This record gives sequence, C-alpha cells and structure tokens, in this order.
Amino acid sequence: VKRVLQQSFVAACIGLAACAGRAAQPAAHAPGAAAGTPAAEADAAHAHHHAAAHDHDLPATGGPGFTAADVRFMQMMIVHHAQAIVMAELAPARGADDLVLSLARKIDISQRDEIASMEQWLRERGQVVPDAAQIRSIHMPGMLSADQLAQLAAARGRDFDRLFLRLMIQHHEGALLMVDELFASPRAGEDSEIFRFATDVAADQSDEIGVMFRMLEILTPTDGSTSR
Amino acid sequence: MRRRHTRRIASIRCAAAAVLLAGIAAAAPPLVAQQATATLNDPRVGLAPGAGNSAEQALLHMRLVSWTPKPAAFDSARGLTFINSDLAFRGNLVYQGNFSGFMIWDVSDPAKPALLSTVVCATDQGDPSIYGNLLFISAEAVRSRNDCGTQGVEDGADRMRGVRIFDVSDPRSPRLVKNVQTCRGSHTHTIVPHPTDPDVIYIYVGGSSVVRDASEMPECSSGTVAENPNTAQYRVDIIRVPLRNPEQASVIGYGRIFEGLEPSPGRAGIPAAEMADLGRRAGGPSGCHDVTAYPAFNLVASTCGSYGILLDASDPERPRRLDARSDLNFSLWHTAIFSNDARKVVFTDEWGGGTQPRCRAGDPVELGGNTVLTIDNGRMTQHSYFKMLAAQTDTENCVSHNGGLIPVPGRDIMVQGWYQGGVNVYDFTDPDNVIEIAYFDRGPVDANNLVVGGSWGAYWYNGYIYSSELARGLDVLELTPSEHLTQNEIDAAKLVVMDEYNPQSQPLITWPAAFPVVRSYLDQLARNDGLPNARRTQIAAALDAAERASGAARRDALNRLAGELERDAGTARDAARVRVLAAAVTELADATR
Repeated sequence: VKRVLQQSFVAACIGLAACAGRAAQPAAHAPGAAAGTPAAEADAAHAHHHAAAHDHDLPATGGPGFTAADVRFMQMMIVHHAQAIVMAELAPARGADDLVLSLARKIDISQRDEIASMEQWLRERGQVVPDAAQIRSIHMPGMLSADQLAQLAAARGRDFDRLFLRLMIQHHEGALLMVDELFASPRAGEDSEIFRFATDVAADQSDEIGVMFRMLEILTPTDGSTSR
Repeated sequence: MRRRHTRRIASIRCAAAAVLLAGIAAAAPPLVAQQATATLNDPRVGLAPGAGNSAEQALLHMRLVSWTPKPAAFDSARGLTFINSDLAFRGNLVYQGNFSGFMIWDVSDPAKPALLSTVVCATDQGDPSIYGNLLFISAEAVRSRNDCGTQGVEDGADRMRGVRIFDVSDPRSPRLVKNVQTCRGSHTHTIVPHPTDPDVIYIYVGGSSVVRDASEMPECSSGTVAENPNTAQYRVDIIRVPLRNPEQASVIGYGRIFEGLEPSPGRAGIPAAEMADLGRRAGGPSGCHDVTAYPAFNLVASTCGSYGILLDASDPERPRRLDARSDLNFSLWHTAIFSNDARKVVFTDEWGGGTQPRCRAGDPVELGGNTVLTIDNGRMTQHSYFKMLAAQTDTENCVSHNGGLIPVPGRDIMVQGWYQGGVNVYDFTDPDNVIEIAYFDRGPVDANNLVVGGSWGAYWYNGYIYSSELARGLDVLELTPSEHLTQNEIDAAKLVVMDEYNPQSQPLITWPAAFPVVRSYLDQLARNDGLPNARRTQIAAALDAAERASGAARRDALNRLAGELERDAGTARDAARVRVLAAAVTELADATR
C-alpha cells in the first residue's frame, strides 16, 4: 500500500512546478542542512524515493523540527483538499438529498479551514504554497479522474447522492493513505502542529467515511437496485 | 472590560436526527438537519484581541478571580509545541498538562496560584490524571522520548508513546518512575479503579493515532480484526497499575468494544459488488478519542470515531458494550460527561480537532457542539444539540471541548471550555432544553493569524472554576448569583469538597446536610413555581427560625417542617422536588446535635 502511494506522489508531482502560483518566502532555513540532521536525512530519503521525478517537485526542504516529507505532505494535501471542495460545491445545484447537502456543506467548511491551516504552516516555514486553483488534474491517492468528476457533475438527484458518497469515500480513503505515508517517512510528523493536523485529518475523515457508508445505506433503494 | 447581557444558547431538539446502528440493519430514519447558526448579537462578539490577559473580556454571572501566565519554559508562541492541555486536581494542587511537560500549582489561594514545579518533558498532548502520589501523563505524538528530551526521535528505541507515570509525592520534585508503552500512544487516558482491590487501578487508553512500527514494538501491527486478529487497532488498551509498585504497570489487555459496529452493507441493501472497492475502512471506529468512567455506576461512556458507546465496566479488565449511538452530524465524538444520577450523558463533538475556527457566524449548531442523551436501562436516547453560539472570528479556534459537573443539588449543571469560544456554564436538567447561565470569553490571541489558544477544559473544583488556557496560562473563575443560579445554590455547590478530581473519572457527588442545600431546593421550587409562593414564604421563614435555634429546638422545628412538606407534596406542582426538599430537611434534622 505504501509503495503505491510513493508512485502516486511521483505522478502527482508532474506538472506541479508550473503551477506553483504563489511565490515562496525565502527559506528561513537554508537547504543542505548538515549531514545527520533530521532535515538532511529526510531529504536523502526523499531523493531516493523520488529520484525520477524530483526535478518536477515543488521545492521542499526540511528545517528544525520538520522534514521535506512534512512539507510535501502539506503541499499535496492542499491540492487534495481543493478537489474535495470542488466536489462539495457541486451538491447544491444537483438536487442532492438534505443528508448529502449538509455533509457537503460540512466538508466544504472543514477542508477550506484546513487549507488555510496548511498554507499558514508552509508560509511560517518559508515553503512554497501551491495554488490549488491552477492545478487541474493530478494523480494522488483517492483523487477523482477528469472522467469521474465529469460523471459526478452530470449526475442528478439520487444518482448524484450515491455517486457523490462513493467518490468522496474514495477521496477520503486517499487522504488516509497520505497520512499513513507521512508517518512512514523517516522523522516525519515530529513537529507538534503537523502531528496534530495529520492525526485530526485522519480522525475526521475516517469518521466521515463511517457517516458516508451509513448515508449510502439510507439512500439505497431497499430492493437493492443501483439506479432508479 | 466587563459586559453583561441576557443569555444566548442554541438548543435544538433532534426529531429524528440520531441513527442507532448497534448491529441493526433496518433502514435508519433520515436525519433532519435543523439549521441554526451562531449569532452576532452577543457581548462575546467582536472582543478586541490580545495575548496574555490583555484581550478584551466578556463575562456573564462570573468573575475572573485570577489569571496566571505560563512559566518561562513553556512561554512560547511556537505553534502547538508548548500549548497547555488538561487539568487534574488533588488537595490544594492543580496539575496542568502541556504538550512539552506539565506544571503543578498550589491553589490554596485561588487569587494567587503558586507554581511548585515545571517539568519539561515532550509529551504531546500531556493530559494528566492524579491518583494518590502518582501522576499519569498521556504521550501520543511521535516526537516523545523515553528520556523526556525535546530533540525528537532518531532511533525508534528512544520513542515513548503511551502513558508516563510520575511520583509526585514531593510536588516540588516530580520523579519519572515508568513509561508504559502502547502501540498507538495515548491521546487521553482514564482511571478506572479496581472494584475491590484498593492497591490496583486500571488505565483505559484513548487515542486512534498511527500504529507504531513493529521494529519499535514487535507486538504492534495494524489492520482490521478480520484480516489481523492481533491488530492494535479496533481496541482500547487497558493498563493495570499496582499502586505499591507503579514501575510494574503494564498493558494487560484490551477491550474489543467495536465488534459488530461496522455497517453491514449486504443486509442493508447495498449490493456487495458496488461496495467491494469502496475501501478498507468499513466505517466502524478503530479507537476511542476519550473515555469517561463513572465507577459508582460501573459505567463508561466512550467516544469512538463516529460513535458514542456506553460500556458496562463492572469487570474493568473486560468492558462490555451496552449501547452505541451514531449521529450523522457529529464528526468526532470527543468526550462524555454523565449527570450525577447517570440518567443523562452529554457527548461533545470536536469537529476539526480543536485547531480550527468552528464557531463563526454560519457554522451550524449541529456541528462542533454537544448533544444530550438520556440513559435508561443501558440504552441511550438522543434529545438535543447545543453549542456556544456567540459568533467567533476566523482567528479563534473554537469547538466543543472539555468540562465537568458543577455540584448544584437538584440540577444538572456543567461548565465547559470551547477553546477561544471561552468558558460557559449551562443547565441540562431538561435534556430537550439546555439553558446557558454564565460565561467568560476573551478576544482572539491574535487579530490576523489563527494563534491556537483558549480553554482546553474548564472544571469546578472545591468552589472555583479552573480553566486551562492553551496559550495564556491558568484562569480561575467564580460564579456569581443570577436569576438562573441563586446564592444558595452556589453555596450548596461550595459545600462539596473533593480530595481528588480527575474529570475523566467522574466522582459521585453527595451533599452534606446543610441549610444551603435545603434552600437550593426551595429556590428551585420558586424558579419553576413548583409550590405556591405563599407557602414558599412560610417555609423560608420556618427555615430561618430553625437556623436561629439550636440543639433539640432546631431538630424539632426541622422535623415538624419535614412533616408539613410531605403533606405539601400531595398537592404541589413539582411534587418530586418537594419530596426531595422534605428528605433534605429530615437529613438536616438528623444531623442536628
């Protein structure tokens, strides 16, 4: 499972360089930390995993208390969250059930706030803040393909509800994989803020998956048919 | 600055909002989302920002007795690394956790808390419990070290995730006696006493963080119970502490309290083929954020993922699930507080985890607040939602967080922290109609950036309310009388003296035989007009006369009054409360020498 994610990250990074909209503050802590420091080790580990695509990444360095993997997690999760918001904003105009509408509203609020938190975390550490609005298609765990997004946008009523829930479960599952991957990286997650943030994202989204499964049950015709 | 204003609370009845899914496949009733949002019409709105105690304040029926800043070792604006966490109480001491250690305060004079010690020990989130001379501290984050160092962990063998035990018999010089390692660390923990052996306690470990690698602890692995029976997920770890030999404390087992909670898609009508690729987490909880024990009733209320779960812990080594409730609005079942009679339980929803601003105008009441359930024969029924509804800003992290009961006889009253939403006090005696009766709030720590702060938890302890401020230090508050809470009721609450108080291990409250207790019931009969006004006046006069008398004369007067009250109960609108009043008068007579 973890290996799959690594490959996904590689794919995710393609094209990102062109989308790094907001200029980064000058790095507060210069790259090339002394060998043996957390940052240097994380960088080395990262370079090993991502050698093929490293040139296409957003620039990510470690610093005291955080690693390049931490930075990359925050950068990628911003883009991941941005797609959830795109999905959530479809709901009001597609005849969604009240259940799905309130869930979509909750996801919209949650993930907007969390993007602001991630941007603040990156800015405070002099890291590049990706401009999610400019990143159109990207391959990350759980991300919807362009086809899936188009299908969702075209669905109406109960079909929309069910497709929304299935695709959002898929999307949330991807976020959980990204959190697992973060903590599997050497010395990642030691920063108190990123530990709390990643743990909260995992908790919130796995609970929401539970809620979405229940909504799927409620919104499924009792005869077991998948469409009306 | 002090402002006064009428109360504002949201209390929303849930018509059919709750969904019971304790293994029942029947179609759940659809949720009815009754939207109510925060109000801008409240003195807590628009308070000027400021660090320390410099922010503007709004208070209702409360006064700030003291504010004491953090010690220098923890005085840092560096994110979450040095924020304060939860509180525990013993004698004149308050134990305050911090993400980088803990403090011990002497509050003999609540107006001037005196710092006895500051222990620097990286331990996110550092929730404390006290039992005798042992202080237990939760360590969850991956940076925590066996040796308490703050430099992070390079070699997994140095990592400490679990529960630390300190000997605090000398509060000026705490001594680390044991690190009990667990697979997922300890976000929170709860003391459950042994039912018969006074030398043994159990610690239930809360938390659902990442499972550590087997290279650090060979017994740790993850996955569902079906694919890995030894998984460290889907369980609550239980530590046994022999109090005479705390260094021998160890994980003795775990409760698999979630079995059967996963949705059963096939039976519920979702075609198996459609579900097949929908993911590995079938939606059941894999851990509990927090558990609240109520040993006097052998009950434990656990808040686990998308469920609130009620356990029978008669055998603390083998907790048994009585009931489970889910709610489609609740994101993160966080904490539970029982009413003193264990007939109600308040569950909180920490939507967003506490670092997000979830009390803005527009944020719904059903999200990030509380819900009140009644308990009847081990089954829970959901009644209402409520939330602190004074709109906060984008730079104030705010959501429902920790609190505890205020021991007012005859009523269910709680105090609670809402991070930068402040502290509030409310009555949930009527589970369908929660009433806010007091509050304290400051403006944001910072006007431009969300600097995490506010009340982690607020608790009544021996007459005062102690609030752990994440960024600012320790606040001590005192209730003042109002139409919602009389001086007699406050005086009666102050008669309850605890030797030790861990909010997650709820003590049974009992009141001494005393005039303020009796008068509290009488005040409540005035508030709800449960007895005619003229009769109340006579009773008040009889009580005054009895108090002026002494010895046998007082005893006889009280017994006479108790007899009259028994007859009053026959015609009173609130007969039950009149009988409680009569019983309290009889107790007072019996206690009179």
